[in-house]
Amino acid sequence: MTKVYDIVESVRSKNAGPFWLTIDIFCGKQNAFKVLCKNLTNKMISDIFCINKEQIQRYEIQTLHVIKFSLPRPCVQGSPDDRDMHGATWAELIYEIDISAY
Amino acid sequence: MKTRVLVPSGALGLNYDKVALYNGLKQKPDIIAIDGGSTDSGPSYLGQGISKYSRASTKAEWKGLMEAREVANIPLLIGTAGTCGTDTAVDWFLKITQEIARELNQSLKIVIIRCSQSNKEVINAYSDQKIEPLPNAPELSIDVISRCTNIVALAGVEQVIDALKEKPDIIIAGRTTDTAIIAALPIMRGIDPGTAWHGAKIAECGALCTTNPLSGVIMVEFDFDNFTVEPMHVDAKATPKTVSAHMLYENTNPYILFEPGGYLDTKESTYKAETNKKVRVTGAKWNKSDKYTVKLEGTILTGFQNISITILRNNRYVKKAKEWADDICLQCTKLIRCRLELDDHEFSIELRLIGQNASFGKLEVKKATLFEIGVMTLVTAQTQQLADEISQMLNPFLLHHPLTKSEELPTFSFPFSPADIQRGSIYSFCFHHTLKLNDPLEIFRKEVINIDQSL
Repeated sequence: MTKVYDIVESVRSKNAGPFWLTIDIFCGKQNAFKVLCKNLTNKMISDIFCINKEQIQRYEIQTLHVIKFSLPRPCVQGSPDDRDMHGATWAELIYEIDISAY
Repeated sequence: MKTRVLVPSGALGLNYDKVALYNGLKQKPDIIAIDGGSTDSGPSYLGQGISKYSRASTKAEWKGLMEAREVANIPLLIGTAGTCGTDTAVDWFLKITQEIARELNQSLKIVIIRCSQSNKEVINAYSDQKIEPLPNAPELSIDVISRCTNIVALAGVEQVIDALKEKPDIIIAGRTTDTAIIAALPIMRGIDPGTAWHGAKIAECGALCTTNPLSGVIMVEFDFDNFTVEPMHVDAKATPKTVSAHMLYENTNPYILFEPGGYLDTKESTYKAETNKKVRVTGAKWNKSDKYTVKLEGTILTGFQNISITILRNNRYVKKAKEWADDICLQCTKLIRCRLELDDHEFSIELRLIGQNASFGKLEVKKATLFEIGVMTLVTAQTQQLADEISQMLNPFLLHHPLTKSEELPTFSFPFSPADIQRGSIYSFCFHHTLKLNDPLEIFRKEVINIDQSL
């Protein structure tokens, strides 16, 4: 089994304002970037966050070997059901995605 | 005209390196600009109109910058003063500035930019259809606007330039975009706006765009159609990678940045190493929009909250923690309905299991063998008195609730007495909207304050 954390440099998740979340996957090497561009699908991301995959913005940045996803924040920052004011912990869910099956 | 902006750190309150700051002064900056806040710490600060950072830290760091300003004889500018940039936060910050001026015997010309908006004027703008939602905005109504505890509009470069024209020693701005405080002077002095906004975005978090984020201080030098960025700490380097990667930071689109009056496009930008620690950037474009809009931020009071922590260490209870927590919610809800005569929408009880699902709630998929669970209980109600009542009704359950009726009464760990903690009023963000203006200065208020120590 290969998980995202096995092949990338780091994953960062941050608020992009109170209503959006943005996730930056720093792949490091070109090979890891290529593997993730192919194997990490928008559907995987939408399944994790229980949202519609059309709501996800995806950017593949070759010069930095970064894949970036932006999506409506799973709950509005600071709302009663929010559990992470700075939105940083969601990166852990990305690290744990199994990408070997694809 | 070349314009150098010295940025001491990503925010006042995060500290900066003094040696690096004075390295920066040697390069003859034209202005020192620092951010004072954002929405990133949640709605409570805007809700109450207060600062997140300690007064003592704010004062110590600001004093250091006021001393540096005097040495260099250049303007010093803070945006989003006091974390949220309301008028109350600006007044708090002004008072600190006046105290320091007395202590340092500095005579100063201070310009204030006020960004708080009255509920009434925002309701009028809403009725006149000048307010438009941004993607994923919450539903807005006259009722919501009228209930806002604070509303601020985010100033851009136009309002800061208007303040700079007063030739002040210090500008204390209410809510401004993080970038506007850095882009304003370059734009005022004729730098291409695309270059100015791009340099400002790269520098907004200080040394976060370098190999040593904690070192704080960076210098951005703007030439007409390009800029350089260089950290002032000896152990920090800016590289094409660290600099270009900062466009990703807290930004949904890695190439586009919306600002008052238009948007920045960096798709064609190039990043080249100038030295081993300095990067030159060219190619950004500014797209001016037909209408001038500013973003609004506002908060409503959503209730009052008490929390408590209980610790489960018994093996059987740890294994059945969810069942135990669900049963407490069920039984206590019945009791609240009956004894306080409340409907379900008038209160909420939530038990989050730390060690099991506290980070992600229903999004959590991992299961692990645990020996201990922290139970974070949240009680929310419309008044503090009700939150206290409900919290006290929950107390016996959290202390003694058994999994079955036929067992000896368990007693769980409460680390505190009293077991519950008042969090007080809680707030929610209610705007993700823009407001259309006829004139950028229309809703912002400028004040000039002279401090003369010779009097």
